[in-house]
Amino acid sequence: MNKQINPSVMKKTLTRRETISAYLFLAPALVFFVGFVIVPMVMCLVTSFFNYSMTEFTFVGFDNYKEMFQDDIFIKALANTVLIVVVAVPTVTAFSLWVSSVIYKMNGAVCSFFRCIFYLPVVTGTVAVTVVWKWMFNKYTGLFNYVLDSDISWLGDSRTAIWCIILILFTTSVGQPIVLYVSALGNVDDSLIEAAQVDGATSRQVFWKIKWPQIMPTTLYILVITTINSFQCYALIQLLTSGGPNHSTETIMYYIYYQAFKLYRYGYGNAMGVILAIIIAVFSALQFKVAGKKNDY
Amino acid sequence: MKRIKATPYKVIAAVVLAALAFFFIFPLYWILTGSVKTAAVINDAVQQWFPLSPTLDNYQRLFDNPALLWLFNSVAMAVLAMALTCVTASMAGYALAKKRFAGRALLFSIFICAMALPKQVILIPLLREMSFLNLHDSMWAVILPTVGWPFGVFLMKQFSENIPGELLEAARIDGAGEIRMFTEIVLPIIKPGIGALAIFTFINCWNDYFLQLIMLNSRTKLTISLGIAKLQAEMSTDFGLIMAGAALAAVPIITIFLMFQKYFTKGITMGAVKG
Repeated sequence: MNKQINPSVMKKTLTRRETISAYLFLAPALVFFVGFVIVPMVMCLVTSFFNYSMTEFTFVGFDNYKEMFQDDIFIKALANTVLIVVVAVPTVTAFSLWVSSVIYKMNGAVCSFFRCIFYLPVVTGTVAVTVVWKWMFNKYTGLFNYVLDSDISWLGDSRTAIWCIILILFTTSVGQPIVLYVSALGNVDDSLIEAAQVDGATSRQVFWKIKWPQIMPTTLYILVITTINSFQCYALIQLLTSGGPNHSTETIMYYIYYQAFKLYRYGYGNAMGVILAIIIAVFSALQFKVAGKKNDY
Repeated sequence: MKRIKATPYKVIAAVVLAALAFFFIFPLYWILTGSVKTAAVINDAVQQWFPLSPTLDNYQRLFDNPALLWLFNSVAMAVLAMALTCVTASMAGYALAKKRFAGRALLFSIFICAMALPKQVILIPLLREMSFLNLHDSMWAVILPTVGWPFGVFLMKQFSENIPGELLEAARIDGAGEIRMFTEIVLPIIKPGIGALAIFTFINCWNDYFLQLIMLNSRTKLTISLGIAKLQAEMSTDFGLIMAGAALAAVPIITIFLMFQKYFTKGITMGAVKG
């Protein structure tokens, strides 16, 4: 070994070698990530300031954004999207927490049986689940009208349509949160629970004072992913109602699709996409603030 | 063993849970039974709870369409996306977790931020990009963005944190090269993670209806999800046919899910740790 080498020079060479090898390992993933996530993201932002269609490409500044807030259908779509999120997110979270707290103590096979059942709509696939619900909601041959002996046009009435959509969204959304909660509850430190029980804590106290704070990171994660998913609700709308009747189930995602791929107004669609991304970011940040302040991690 | 006492709350909870389980499993039952019901039975306002005169007629009409090709497209697409994601994400995740290099923190936060953004928002520019690359209406237009999505990198980074640094150090002293270290030390340790990521990517790609809808047009290029949606658009009240399509889409993936359930649960949970 050559002892003349200055240790700091050697360290530098090693660091450089480490950096080069790290980037070689990262390179394949980065090619895909930059090429098909970052580039379109930047394009989305840039073209939102353009009047961009099949034939046109002219800079219009904030015109697309201004138009959006004078567009009644966009406002309606925004209101519907927020309604879906505000109803679905708390219900999904509370429901999954309740189901998980009931099943996590059951014996292994029973617990995974229930976990499977609630995960079933996710694996069955959105489209397959949606078409069967569409049949069940059908006015003439649907199960709901048969069982209730009613004559309701579930998806054709602006008062009921959005609730049907929220119900289906709900059944396809609880699977993942339940898996997460079951595992989080299983990881709560048993010695803490036993200590509390020895001190005479009721099971309600044990839950809210000991388990709840410990599963808070999971709750936060669930809130964020459910929010993102609910904001992006698209397939259900397209397959069930196409935004109708009378735009009562129009959501931002569906309206973006309509503007961009039916009317070829790419710039306008992208501007709405940017606004949607900002709204989701604000919602997520709020959840972090509210849920995160009780515990520091 | 302490026996759990049956308090009224627990009894009620069990009953409610059973009712809910029924509610969640029922749509699948309705798909499967609906797919073998005759048109007359389906179009009757009085519904049959159980198909009394089962028929394969719906499946016959389903296979008048290129349904098996759609299924094959879905599988091929999901498998390719899965394989590519596993390779790229495990390499990148390992580098992010175990190597110290300039730009590491920045890179990781870019990955995280991108993950929090709504994936569907970038679909319009993505479509233009794919047309530009001449990949529109090919399965690569769906595969490439799926592989690019940073969740896999994030998941594999979480798994790679468990690799003991001393092990890597020892291998280095023994003169192992980077590639040998990765294949012989890193891969065996993160194998469960790769299993989880594989299933996760497969199901996500399979279910990403919107992306498929934007990118694929020709009847022979459709996936099974798009195929059912198309059948529904063309013959909206032929529920027997649509249910047969739904069954063809649902049964293979449910089988895969049940076979690999353990990995799958692990994948979901691991991805969320320190999320």
